[in-house]
Amino acid sequence: MTFEYKVQGGDFTHAGYASSQVKKMLKQLGVDSVVIKRVVVCLYEAEVNIVAHARDGIISIVLDTDTILMKLTDNGPGIANIEQAMQKGYSTASPEVREMGFGAGMGLPNISANADRFLITSEPGTGTALEITINLNSAAV
Amino acid sequence: MKVTDIVEKLGLNVFSGHEGLGREVTGGYASDLLSDVMGHAEAGTVWITIQTHRNVTAIASLRDISAVIITSGEKPGDDTIAQSNEEGIPVLGTELRTFELAGRLYSLLG
Repeated sequence: MTFEYKVQGGDFTHAGYASSQVKKMLKQLGVDSVVIKRVVVCLYEAEVNIVAHARDGIISIVLDTDTILMKLTDNGPGIANIEQAMQKGYSTASPEVREMGFGAGMGLPNISANADRFLITSEPGTGTALEITINLNSAAV
Repeated sequence: MKVTDIVEKLGLNVFSGHEGLGREVTGGYASDLLSDVMGHAEAGTVWITIQTHRNVTAIASLRDISAVIITSGEKPGDDTIAQSNEEGIPVLGTELRTFELAGRLYSLLG
């Protein structure tokens, strides 16, 4: 099964919509709650990154019997130094975004800690793409 | 302990989400950084914060948080209240600062 969600940059009111839909779906499928938690943390952080940094983006969820693959592609500024962006506490978020409690430089590390497989590619000036895979049948990272 | 017991014992305002007052509370988490809560708060906890916007209820829902307590007399936004009511996640309030409220909640949950 494949699902797609559009994400609008700057639209914090709807941030988390895709995460909420995917959570409901996994719950209905009877997926372990620890696994659902990890999926939700990864997807929400990635979704908020698009809202906070990009003009817009697409989330595509590929649900298989034993894995969930979350692909997030955005039209945004891109990340010049991915290694730096992956460090806890590093953020380029605007003061407005930080005031809301986002932009603490914890998003990408949170994704990395909860994913079984995490790929990030980016082209400065064009955008960023994330591929996050989580095994549905094991609770441990 | 249930959310309603905490409301009563700490004298909290109930802004919204009355439907969820019977939810069980297993602990507390105090933070204003949303990714911190996302990454570390356990399901069933009460989240203490001064953030008032809608993403607070979004995160509370995603992470199965039992209730949110807004400190320092801050008030939740209209869309925060709307989502809280929709999902039955109580949004509570106090004039106390986060430190004082967290201390009292900690003693209560002992």
